[in-house]
Amino acid sequence: MQKLLNWVDERLPVVDAWNKHLAKYYAPKNFNVWYFFGSLAMLVLVNQLVTGVWLTMSYNPTGEGAFASVEYIMRDVQWGWLLRYLHSTGASAFFIVVYLHMFRGLMYGSYQKPRELIWLFGMLIYLVLMAEAFMGYLLPWGQMSYWGAQVIVNLFGAIPVIGEDLSLWIRGDYLISGITLNRFFALHVVALPIVLLGLVVLHILALHEVGSNNPDGIDIKKNKDENGIPKDGIPFHPYYSVHDLVGVAVFFFIFFIVVFFFPEMGGLFIEKPNFEPANALKTPEHIAPVWYFTPFYAMLRAVTVDLFGLSAKFWGVVVMGGAIAILFVLPWLDRSPVRSIRYKGWLSKIALALFTVSFVILGYLGLVPATEGRTTLAQILTVVYFLYFILMPFYTRMEKTKPVPERVTG
Amino acid sequence: MRKLIFGLFIAFLPVLGLAAGAGVPLDHIETDHTDKASLQRGAAMFTNYCMGCHSMEYARYKRVAEDLEVPVELYEENLIFTGAQIGELMKNSMDKEMAANWFGAPPPDLTLESRLRGESWVYSYLRGFYKDETRPLGVNNVVFDKVGMPHVLVDLQGLCAVEPNIGHAASVEPLSGNINNASACPEYATEGSMTGAEFDRAMYDLTNFMSYMADPVKVERERLGIFVLIFVAIFFVFAYLLNREYWKDVH
Repeated sequence: MQKLLNWVDERLPVVDAWNKHLAKYYAPKNFNVWYFFGSLAMLVLVNQLVTGVWLTMSYNPTGEGAFASVEYIMRDVQWGWLLRYLHSTGASAFFIVVYLHMFRGLMYGSYQKPRELIWLFGMLIYLVLMAEAFMGYLLPWGQMSYWGAQVIVNLFGAIPVIGEDLSLWIRGDYLISGITLNRFFALHVVALPIVLLGLVVLHILALHEVGSNNPDGIDIKKNKDENGIPKDGIPFHPYYSVHDLVGVAVFFFIFFIVVFFFPEMGGLFIEKPNFEPANALKTPEHIAPVWYFTPFYAMLRAVTVDLFGLSAKFWGVVVMGGAIAILFVLPWLDRSPVRSIRYKGWLSKIALALFTVSFVILGYLGLVPATEGRTTLAQILTVVYFLYFILMPFYTRMEKTKPVPERVTG
Repeated sequence: MRKLIFGLFIAFLPVLGLAAGAGVPLDHIETDHTDKASLQRGAAMFTNYCMGCHSMEYARYKRVAEDLEVPVELYEENLIFTGAQIGELMKNSMDKEMAANWFGAPPPDLTLESRLRGESWVYSYLRGFYKDETRPLGVNNVVFDKVGMPHVLVDLQGLCAVEPNIGHAASVEPLSGNINNASACPEYATEGSMTGAEFDRAMYDLTNFMSYMADPVKVERERLGIFVLIFVAIFFVFAYLLNREYWKDVH
C-alpha cells in the first residue's frame, strides 16, 4: 500500500495536497456553531449533484413530457420519490446554509483584508446558485414554474432599448415554451454546475492560501510556536473533520424530517400551483417566487414610481440588481480596524441587527400579496437594507471599538 | 398623483380577487391512507362517478390495486371500464377538445387535485352543490362559484335547495335545543338515496382516495422516515463521542 502511494506521489502531489488542505491546514481552534455551514454547503452540493444525476435519467425535458415525467419519477421509478424530494428539499437547504454562511461572514468580518477574494468567489457562487435554482425551478413544468419564469424573464424587458430583445433571446420564444425548458435544462444540468464547481474550488483555494478567520477576527498566524505552527491553530483533519461530522448529523436530522414528513414544507419548498401542469392561457391568482428569492422580489415590488422617463419596473429591477451587486463591494465598505462584531462598536451591532431584520421581513413580504401598507413597509426596509452598506464606511470608522485580545478566546 | 393612485389600485386588483378566493370557509378533514376499506370505497366511487370525465393519468391501475389490497382480477373486472391493461395509466376515453366544447374547459385530470387545492377544499367542494336556476346546468357550488361541472352525485345526495353550510361547525342552540348545521344541507329540492350523514361519509372516502392518489407513497415515506431518523440519531451519538475524544487534546 505504501509502495503504491509512493508510486502515485512521485507522479502526482497527493500527499502534499492532503497535508496542505487537511492534515496540516491549521484552522483556529475557537470555531463556533456558525462555522458548520461551509462544510454543510459542500454536503448539500454533493447531494444536489448525485440526486440530480439520477433524476436526469428519468426526466423528460420537453414541454409535452416534463410534468408527466416528474410524476413518473414520483410513482413508477424505484426510490424516485426519494431522489426528487432529496433534490427539492436540498435546493431550499442549500440556500438556508448559504444564507447562514454569509451571515457568519458579515458577523465576524470574514470578508476583510486579506480575504476579499474569498468573499468575491463566494458572492459569485451565490449568484450562480440563484441562476441554477431559478432554472431548475422551471423543469417540473408546473404552473408556478411556468409563471415564475415568465415574470422573472419579463423583468429583463424593463431595460430600455434592448430589453424586449434580450428577454426574447433568453426565452428563445415569444413566451416561455418548450424551447425555454430545453435550454434551461441544459444550463441547469451541465453549464452552471461546472461553473459552480470551479468557483467552489477557487473559494476554497483562496481560503486555504490566507487561512480561516475566526469569531474573534484575530490573525492566528501572528502567534506561531518554534515549529512555525500557529499557537491557536489545530489541524483541520482530524479535529474539524470529526467536528463537522457532528454538524452533519444534526443537519441530516432536520433535513430528513422535512424530506420524509413535510416535503412541501407547507407550500414553501414545493408551491401548491406546481401540482398543475404549466398552462400558458391560465395565470395563477398569485405568483410568488420560492422563498429564497422573496427578499429581492419584495424590493422589486417596493419601487412604484416612474423616474426620469423610465418605468417603475425598470427601477425595481435596478434596485433588485443593486441589492445583490452591493454585496460584492462589501470588503471595501468596511473601514473598521477590527473584524469581529465582538469588538466593533454598538453602531455596527445595531446596523447588522437592522439589516438582518429588514432582510427577513422583506423575505416574508415577498411571499404574500402586496397591499398598500405592506408596500410602504417594503419601501422602508429596502432603504434600511441599502443604508447598512452605504453608511458602513462612516459608522465603522466613527465608532469606538473594543481592544482585540492577542490570543483567541474560547 | 391621481395616476399613481389609479396605478396602485390596478396593481392591487388581483389581490382583492385572491382575498375573496381565500376567504371561502371550508370543512376541515384529516385523511387516513392506512384505512384501506375507506380507500377501496373511495376508489369504487371515483371510478363509477368521476372517471367518465376526469382521468388520473399519472397513476397506474396496478399500483392502486396493490396499495389498496384489491385482487388484480377483481379490480380488472369491476374498476376498469376502458378495456385498459392493469399496468396502464388511468386515462379515460373522453376527447379533450369535445369536452372543452361541452363544458367550456376540459374536465381537469384529478391525480394531484388534493395536493393542488387541499383535502379540505375537495371535501367541501364535493358537498357544496346547490340548486341555482340562473346557472346553465341548474347548479352552483358554495366553494367554487359559477362552477362548470354538473352535480354528478345528485342521485346520492339529492339537490340542496339552498346554499349548504360549509365551514360552520354543528352547534346546539341553548334555549330551544335545536341542532344547527347537523348536516351540510338543511333543505332539499329533490331527495337523494343517501342521508346527509351517509353522503358525508361517502365524500370522506372519496376525498381520502383522491388524497392517496395525489401522494401514494405517503404511508411508506413516513414509516421509512422514522427509521432514517433513528439511524441519524444513533450516528449523532457516535459522532459526538468521537469528536469529544479527539477534542480532549485541544486546550
